Amino acid sequence: MATVAIPSASKAARRARTLRNNLSGYLFIGPWLLAFLLFTAAPMVTSLYFSFTNYDVFTAPQWAGLSNFETMFTKDGRYWKAVQATLTFVFTAIPLRLVVALGLAMLLKAGRRGDGIYRAAYYAPSIVGGSVAVAVMWRQVFGTQGIINAISAIFGLPAITFLGDPNWAIWTLVALAVWQFGSPMLIFLAGLKNIPTEFYEAASIDGAGPIRKFITITLPLLSPVILFNLIMQIISGFMVFTQAFIVTGGAPLDTTLFYALYIYRRAFENFQMGYASALAWVLMLVIGIFAAVVFKTSSGWVFYENKDGN
Amino acid sequence: MNIAAKLPSRRKIAGSVIYHVLVAGFALVMLYPLLWMFASSFKPSEEVFRTVTSLIPSRIELDNFVRGWKGFGGTTFTTFYANSLFYAGMATVLSVGASSIVAYGFSRIKFAGRGFWFACMLMTLMLPVQVTIIPQYVAFVNLLELRNSFLPLLLPRMGGQAFFIFMIMQFIRGIPKELDEAAEIDGCGRFGIFFRIILPLIQPALITAAIFSFYWTWEDFLGPLIYLNAPQQYTVSLALRAFSDPSAGTDWGAIFAMSSVSLVPVFLIFIFFQRYLVQGISTTGLKG
Repeated sequence: MATVAIPSASKAARRARTLRNNLSGYLFIGPWLLAFLLFTAAPMVTSLYFSFTNYDVFTAPQWAGLSNFETMFTKDGRYWKAVQATLTFVFTAIPLRLVVALGLAMLLKAGRRGDGIYRAAYYAPSIVGGSVAVAVMWRQVFGTQGIINAISAIFGLPAITFLGDPNWAIWTLVALAVWQFGSPMLIFLAGLKNIPTEFYEAASIDGAGPIRKFITITLPLLSPVILFNLIMQIISGFMVFTQAFIVTGGAPLDTTLFYALYIYRRAFENFQMGYASALAWVLMLVIGIFAAVVFKTSSGWVFYENKDGN
Repeated sequence: MNIAAKLPSRRKIAGSVIYHVLVAGFALVMLYPLLWMFASSFKPSEEVFRTVTSLIPSRIELDNFVRGWKGFGGTTFTTFYANSLFYAGMATVLSVGASSIVAYGFSRIKFAGRGFWFACMLMTLMLPVQVTIIPQYVAFVNLLELRNSFLPLLLPRMGGQAFFIFMIMQFIRGIPKELDEAAEIDGCGRFGIFFRIILPLIQPALITAAIFSFYWTWEDFLGPLIYLNAPQQYTVSLALRAFSDPSAGTDWGAIFAMSSVSLVPVFLIFIFFQRYLVQGISTTGLKG
């Protein structure tokens, strides 16, 4: 948009202005553009090339055609373990986290006295949740002598070796993820505050109870925010690394070998850069497909009241 | 006396009590693991798991902090802390500074290809680091021989981060264009407008971005794990992991003490800047 309207501007002056805008535009986005080309675009292309090679870093990459992908899908049992662990995690931790986040946002939305403190308390785990310190602590919480076992002992329940039991280990990581519901909760809270109170008042006059109000008013009007949270959380869910690396290290029996952890192992412990790149590209495509599916189906369940819904 | 008027108020009080008991109770459950970690850092080592459900140490064992701070292999937590502060500080200055410049370019200047590059930027939000990290590693470590250097961790931030660029753009959108126009009439160029008009007005967004950048870099683990191999270069995250390795560490008092110490900057920022955090997350849906 022309910042100053000059009705009789000649073509040449307009062209000079466009040129100036192009120059200053690229000057301002220059740092990002340079970093994008150097550290994102070029590595992506290189990574795609690596994925068709065998490459151990020390000798030049050797063309291997589709063999990495063939190995991945047909011969590598650990790959499917990693897929299973990751999908189990994403499809349990993410819905649970969003449900808890929405539930607490509903509780806190009235803004009663003391809610600022509660909000901070619920959010606190999220700000430290990705740290090594919390992962180290979590390992001990679920350790054989940890708090969970100490509490269950009070009720006379037998001790469980959560981290060593293939049936249990992944749930300690799901619990750690659900524990960090703070960010989506804050996003839900902001969304809830945007719903006009008149809607609820009108519904009350019509005799609607709280559950009916939630289903007919809150959920539809909040759906753009839910969509946003869902997509962001799915993306981050697929990339969980630190927690799995520290708390379980992928054990027992690879039941917590999250995809990002498996890539790390292949790339930086086995130095199979080609295979790891193939793994990474498949991850990227899968994340893209998931995001696309959520977007595509969203027209069926997301309700946009006005165009700046989210 | 009107009983009818009194009844609802009594019901209200009861409801409010139930509400606070429930919400506060749940908050306590949520905070319990963190409180346990802090409490354990003051417990004598042998007591950490003997009185696991207790939050109160039998005696305050400050020696945990002294033993923990000594670190390992002759490198103390002074070094680890300095490394982490350097890494998080530099990364934050770089990425917030660059992000604000780029955000201005994207939101206020109409240039050819803007839509395309903006879409590219948003796409990077969904990009798993695993796709770029391997070629980056090969380039930095094998070609440029940047071993045990912070450069591979810092250089990619010189262009800002998509999250912050997007957030600052949202903020700039709220600034009336008339301000830019007035400044232009007064003879301000693009840089003048950016530095004199926009930059002072987007301060809250910059603070929010700085906090998140600091947090994410402070707890960054994968990057340092790949690039930093010498204990002299370890960040707090790496040091904690080495320190608490199940095969090596059994001094739980010291491990919990250092874990707690590693979270001190995070909590200090949280306490003093909570407002900016909440605003940042609420307006852009940044992950925390």
